[in-house]
Amino acid sequence: MLIPHPLLGARDAQEFTYLGDASLMDRPDPNGPEAEAAFCDYVFLRDNPAGVHRELWFHEQGDRSWLVVTRDTVTHEILGAELARDVKRGAQT
Amino acid sequence: MTRLTGGLIDREKPLDFTFDGRSYSGYAGDTLAAALMANGVDLIGRSFKYHRPRGVLSAGSEEPNALVTLRDGARAEPNTRATVAELYAGLTARSQNHVGSLERDLLAVNDLLSPLFAAGFYYKTFMWPRTFWEKLYEPAIRRAAGLGALSMEPDPDAYDKGFLHCDLLVIGAGAAGLMAALTAGRAGAKVILADEDMRPGGRLLAESDLLNDAPAHEWVRAVRAELASFPNVRFMPRTTVFGVYDHGIYGAVERVADHLPTPGDGVRQTFWRITAKRAVLAAGAIERHIPFADNDRPGILLAGAMRAYANRWATLPGRAGAPVAVFTNGDDGHRTARDLVAKGVPVLGVVDTREDAQAFGDYEVFRGATVTGTRGRRGLRAIQITRGATATWHDVGALGVAGGWNPNVHLASHHRGRPVWKADLLAFVPGADGPKGLFPAGAVAGRGGTASALADGVRAATTALADIGMTAPKVALPEASDVPHAQAAFWHVPGKRRAWVDFQNDVTVKDIALAHTENMRSVEHLKRWTTLGMATDQGKTSNIAALAVMAEQTGQTIPGTGTTIFRPPYTGVSLSVLGGGDTGKHFRPTRLTPTHDWAAAQGATFVEVGPWMRAQMFPRAGEGHWRETVDREVTAVRSAVGICDVTTLGKIDVQGADAAEFLNRVYANMMATLKVGRVRYGLMLREDGHLYDDGTCARLGEDHFVVTTTTANAGAVYRNMEFARQCLWPDLDVQLISTTDAWAQIAVAGPKSRALLERIVDDTDLSNEAFPFMACAALTICGGLRARLFRISFSGELAYELAVPARYGHALMERLAERGADLGVTPYGTEALGVLRIEKGHATGAEITGQTTASMLGLGRMVSAKKDALGAVMSRREGLAAEAWRLVGLKPVGGDGPILAGSHLFTEGAVRTLDTDQGWVTSACYSPNLGRHIALGYLEHGDTRMGERIVAANPLEGQEMAVEVVSPDFVDPEGVRLRD
Repeated sequence: MLIPHPLLGARDAQEFTYLGDASLMDRPDPNGPEAEAAFCDYVFLRDNPAGVHRELWFHEQGDRSWLVVTRDTVTHEILGAELARDVKRGAQT
Repeated sequence: MTRLTGGLIDREKPLDFTFDGRSYSGYAGDTLAAALMANGVDLIGRSFKYHRPRGVLSAGSEEPNALVTLRDGARAEPNTRATVAELYAGLTARSQNHVGSLERDLLAVNDLLSPLFAAGFYYKTFMWPRTFWEKLYEPAIRRAAGLGALSMEPDPDAYDKGFLHCDLLVIGAGAAGLMAALTAGRAGAKVILADEDMRPGGRLLAESDLLNDAPAHEWVRAVRAELASFPNVRFMPRTTVFGVYDHGIYGAVERVADHLPTPGDGVRQTFWRITAKRAVLAAGAIERHIPFADNDRPGILLAGAMRAYANRWATLPGRAGAPVAVFTNGDDGHRTARDLVAKGVPVLGVVDTREDAQAFGDYEVFRGATVTGTRGRRGLRAIQITRGATATWHDVGALGVAGGWNPNVHLASHHRGRPVWKADLLAFVPGADGPKGLFPAGAVAGRGGTASALADGVRAATTALADIGMTAPKVALPEASDVPHAQAAFWHVPGKRRAWVDFQNDVTVKDIALAHTENMRSVEHLKRWTTLGMATDQGKTSNIAALAVMAEQTGQTIPGTGTTIFRPPYTGVSLSVLGGGDTGKHFRPTRLTPTHDWAAAQGATFVEVGPWMRAQMFPRAGEGHWRETVDREVTAVRSAVGICDVTTLGKIDVQGADAAEFLNRVYANMMATLKVGRVRYGLMLREDGHLYDDGTCARLGEDHFVVTTTTANAGAVYRNMEFARQCLWPDLDVQLISTTDAWAQIAVAGPKSRALLERIVDDTDLSNEAFPFMACAALTICGGLRARLFRISFSGELAYELAVPARYGHALMERLAERGADLGVTPYGTEALGVLRIEKGHATGAEITGQTTASMLGLGRMVSAKKDALGAVMSRREGLAAEAWRLVGLKPVGGDGPILAGSHLFTEGAVRTLDTDQGWVTSACYSPNLGRHIALGYLEHGDTRMGERIVAANPLEGQEMAVEVVSPDFVDPEGVRLRD
């Protein structure tokens, strides 16, 4: 597989370490109501879609950036890749 | 040796070889199959199940029958297809799958018992008693029905792997592939042309049809020369593209040296990962046969293969001078008869199932006829031709069977693309749902006539290049024509005798009918019940015939019956080449510490710790047992001073205005309050609340920290911290870099460590007041070398860790050893390190298992309740907070002896069950300081059970030992020494 790194262009997937669902970026508020239940969902529950999936890849053998890669789990087509920090900042503003 | 005229063999270069110990001679350019045929050897092996005599069926990699063991000794390679094994001087090959000689195989008795061995026989017969399957039935069956045997010796050859990139990958160098490569080469595209054969040309080499009024191989030679003149074209012969992977990545194996007498001089095979922007699939087609009674005798082969042997290798199977016949359902078989007549071979005639068949030349045509039987135990002697109610026997030496051609759709189907049935071609062609960027051309696309294939190669390359914005020039085609290829939908000759469909796995038309009777209606069930298509050839010559027979049973059409799914690899790939040489020592990189050579010179023994080699101990002359060495090293640390390389611990440099805040969120305990010039022990949790890793955090400046991780988790902790930085809190001003390899770090431990370091450091006061326990500083040593000093202790003694740039690690070790000689300085290894930490109850991987909580280590209060951090919320959940296990020390009572790590803990007299299990022993050693064996373990409510007598039991081995629960801090529990 090739991953289109937003800064470095197409890179072989072997350079990356896979983590999983990009929902891991949405860490619950530790002080919020029902924080423990929210963390339980956050830590243990994932969607497992057949189709479009946003997921985290770490460019470990490269520039060490975390990417949010949008991939179709059925066709393995990669629909996009963004720097995770940009995604997170975008979500915060 | 008998040869026909012509051929593409080099008669100037004879090559000697042996088969089953007998010497023969062939020519350069021969395959083993061709050379054996030219020597009159038609019996090559025995079939898998019935041990029937078998010869060559095909002239390519689809061969199901002619499997041999090539080479001897460790290089012996079973199940090698003689049809693709290139002849070399001194080649040795042996036949397979027989008891006694190949000619008189004792297991041929299986053939007489064949009514017993029908499809599904094993499943039905060997069901009972169940325990007999593994011990008796399966081994016996495997012995009787096997092919070649492995040498059981290590592979002596070298393998390699590599990456290639191109604009256009052309798979197959036949008519279509050559034109595609030529078109793209002239367009200036970066082209890779790969072909599994030893020379380019594909079917052009096997046919007699002319190109530009000259033999086709002359045109091939000219194209090859032009391609060689392009710096942008790489031609790779002997290279099989075996699989299509995601995003235009193709797997290929180049057989670099398989055709050489000694493949071991360089790399034998290379595994290539080819990243291609576009690809042209010009893999040609594979001929299919027509099942009829006793159609598996040596001398019966595919008509196209017969043509290839005659035209390319100037040979034919069968007795010299015996007439040859062809059995066909279409025009293609007539090409064989025409070519043989031209070569002066006596041709009995063509048996054509069609009433209106037209001859291609001067030979007899048996119209509307079929072959209904054969004779000849070890080789074909006669065939029975039936027309209407009349059957006649005819003496022949060989029979070519032409059942039509199957486009090689395999690669186009590797992404579950479904081939599409073309009724006019009576064949499957690639569907539109094939891999992206892969363009079928020529015979693969159902355009297999020479002129069609040539033109289609140009078309496919032009289309593929246009897809990536490149323009192909107009390319003139050589003069060629398409031979007529009309064909009837005739799939098998019905009859009472066995008619083979899958030769390699001995599956007959009857077996398929039986499977249907037993309700194996899905093609996938049929496959598994009969094992059709499951042999090493994966049914390349048999699958379509099987579908046709099945369609007849079910009354469905062939496409309605379906196809099985194609998966890589196209042909067998050795595990050695997939490993690409990453075996033994090369399986993964070995990391050496900066003091490795120094330790080796001191006579150290080494141990693998993750990817690292660490000094395990430093035995001295006269030390007969490893424990003498370890005890001496441990005693030296507790009584004088020891030095140990601890570089392998992970080091992460953390800098930025928000570095303190960042570490506060990453570590469970408070880090923001750490003062500059101080170190703090830190606990890191996983987000699920369990203990993840531990280490130290040293604050070198207001916005500069250096943190350490365990050796095992160095990479993972860094990755996790980057996750926290980039994915959770990107607004914090903090940067991370792994500096594990940049700094060599040496532990200097023991009561005389300060005295030793005072001789090393430049102008730094190391007194307890100026540089107390948990102090750190950036300083210089040895007259100006920059270094970092940390007063931390894993051994429980007065101790330091001193870091210098990695290239000075070796010199520092030498200097410490030299300057500390009078202090009794002693290098120690990981064994002594282990004893020292067990004596202090310090946790390592044996205790921090991923299921450990901070409370279990007695460190529950370190998890700050005043702040959030990774894992903090989940560490407070009921299940984790209630965890009752606590780390305790254990020592034997009533005598001494080693406590077995892994033993489980029970109260005295308790029944040993899971319910009464109270914990387990994590680490154990002999403590020279206590003069007895000790251990650490987790025990339910262990912190409140000091002094209790319990049992450490290993019920598996029937071992048990009475132990006393004590503090895990066996030595200096007040911690006086490390603060001294």
